[in-house]
Amino acid sequence: MNPEYRLHHPKWYRRKVPIFWWLSKWSYMKFILRELTSLAVVYAAVLLLLQVVAVSRGEEAYANFLAFLERPGVLAANILIILGLLFHAVTWFNLAPQALVLRLLGRRIPDRVVLLAHYLGWLTVSALIFGGLARL
Amino acid sequence: MKGRSIEPFFWSLFSSGGMLAALVLPALALALWVAIPLGWLQAPSHQNLVTLIGHPVTRFCLFGFIALASFHWGHRFRFTLYDGLQLKHLFGLIATICYGGATILTAVAAYVLWMF
Repeated sequence: MNPEYRLHHPKWYRRKVPIFWWLSKWSYMKFILRELTSLAVVYAAVLLLLQVVAVSRGEEAYANFLAFLERPGVLAANILIILGLLFHAVTWFNLAPQALVLRLLGRRIPDRVVLLAHYLGWLTVSALIFGGLARL
Repeated sequence: MKGRSIEPFFWSLFSSGGMLAALVLPALALALWVAIPLGWLQAPSHQNLVTLIGHPVTRFCLFGFIALASFHWGHRFRFTLYDGLQLKHLFGLIATICYGGATILTAVAAYVLWMF
């Protein structure tokens, strides 16, 4: 954490910042959108768990769940969620070279290599998921 | 400050959850919740899913993934509220709601997957 960071202290002078400060600039907006992708992540975790529950309750419950996923409103919401998940993935991998400083034989591995490795990993995992589900 | 020492722990959960979510979720969500409902991909049969989820390794992976994704949300959303809505003075309340919510979701996942 930033060493300059201080908890709120009412006695100190602080400049008033409007609640919607992040609407004033596109880069601020992008930051807040990036942070809000955590909602898409937790939504996906919950939906995945609900799908497991449906499977555990038997064939009919599973069929009902599949029918629920086909509803236009649900489908549209899920597509929106996937856009959020993609934004999470891209912003996450793009920050990886800064978060992950790796050294090999005393030299820092270039950012491009770290970035490429993450995108290749993403591609591989995605292909495995699609391949696996198609065979199931 | 007392809470500061536990911060790296929550950060590591946030970080591993974020990495797993980035690697796995776009493809998984696209396949399960768009490709299958639209008929691009055949829905797996109930029997095959029971066999798959019935395997302890699958359930362990699902549990780990859901737990880490929950704490990823808890940690990130906590700071979204602090910074985005300037609620730093509600420090304790927000931390309790976020990590508490993540803990509850993790417990529910453990229960569901244990009883499967």
